[in-house]
Amino acid sequence: MEFMVDDSRPIFVQIAERIEDDIVEGRLPEESQVPSTNQFASFYRINPATAAKGVNLLVDQGILYKKRGIGMFVAPGAKARLMDKRKERFFEQYVMTMLREAEKLGITVNQLTEMIQKGANHR
Amino acid sequence: MTAVVEVSRLTKSYRDVTAVDDVSFAIEAGKIYGLLGRNGAGKTTLMQMITAQAFPTIGELRVFGESPFENNRVLSRICFIKESQKYPDNYRVADVLDLCSDLFPNWDRDFADRLVEAFRLPPKRQMRKLSRGMLSSVGIVAGLASRAPLTIFDEPYLGLDAASRSLFYELLVEDYAEHPRTVILSTHLIDEVSRILEHVIVINDGRVLIDEETDSLRNRAFTVSGATADVEAFAKGKTVLHRETLGGLASAIVVGNPGADDRQLARSLRLELDNVPLQQLIVHLTSRKSYGKEAKA
Repeated sequence: MEFMVDDSRPIFVQIAERIEDDIVEGRLPEESQVPSTNQFASFYRINPATAAKGVNLLVDQGILYKKRGIGMFVAPGAKARLMDKRKERFFEQYVMTMLREAEKLGITVNQLTEMIQKGANHR
Repeated sequence: MTAVVEVSRLTKSYRDVTAVDDVSFAIEAGKIYGLLGRNGAGKTTLMQMITAQAFPTIGELRVFGESPFENNRVLSRICFIKESQKYPDNYRVADVLDLCSDLFPNWDRDFADRLVEAFRLPPKRQMRKLSRGMLSSVGIVAGLASRAPLTIFDEPYLGLDAASRSLFYELLVEDYAEHPRTVILSTHLIDEVSRILEHVIVINDGRVLIDEETDSLRNRAFTVSGATADVEAFAKGKTVLHRETLGGLASAIVVGNPGADDRQLARSLRLELDNVPLQQLIVHLTSRKSYGKEAKA
């Protein structure tokens, strides 16, 4: 299930990542309100303090901001900044991993380039 | 942060057994704690002392800043739900709940009624005619609806099925969010409860092995796996909690958080790095005697 949390990584980090995903994929538009920590806590059945820590991580990074007495909101420009951050990670996470796996299987860089092209044409 | 429970150099010895051995820790207000450890580790003895049901042999114990013994100011703020709770013979479920409403100043009758329904308890049935799981449910209802500033659950769910346990976690998180209080949850079902625990205290052989925020504990160790010789090369100079081999393959649980160097080394040796689930980590920590010494050093 997608909303399960993984017990082998800090949960506050996972909460921050879920919110980031929601912003990048447009489910949480800029200037929209983020669920409260208690809502996160009861949805994921996690400790509210842990949920608050995840939210605060994004506040510290300027991705979310607090409106006093109302709640947390997505900051303007948050999506673009998150996408930049993800593009940096994309290289290590996908490109390098793919190259290493390809090497194990004896796939050359040229073959790989062809496969990418083929995949792009199929979309 | 104010401490609700302060334990300092606490020891409890029975004739030839030291159940709790020179233990010190503090329980901070408004958090959910897990008190974890193997059978016979000393958890129940600790909880009995905190709730004034057993005297310490040596050491200091303060609950809400005072000694709990024969102290109603302290005891009226504690709700202790234990697996072995006995009830008077002719008591019905409703009688137990009535008694609770007298005992606990914060008792919420409406909430208790909703809980009775949620756990499908028959209010008019006699306690001695309840199944094991239903008895546990009564304890859970009492523990939640008491809203006691310090609520302690000692293995509260003997005989409870997975659906009821899940309901318990859900209700605990929801009610705690609305009515913050200090909760101590002692259990073996680490996998199930770990995500609602803010802080974990692990007791092993009567001593405190771990006293740490749950999320930082999730970063305490990682698994490395691959060809045996490469795993050994990687693990050299590191603290290894556990090793397994299968043919030419090995995996090891290594203490620490892998740094950039470790990741680089793992890549060059074609090793896989993985996270360790909390339950597995605690199992390995408490089944290895020498770790306690290293951790204390």
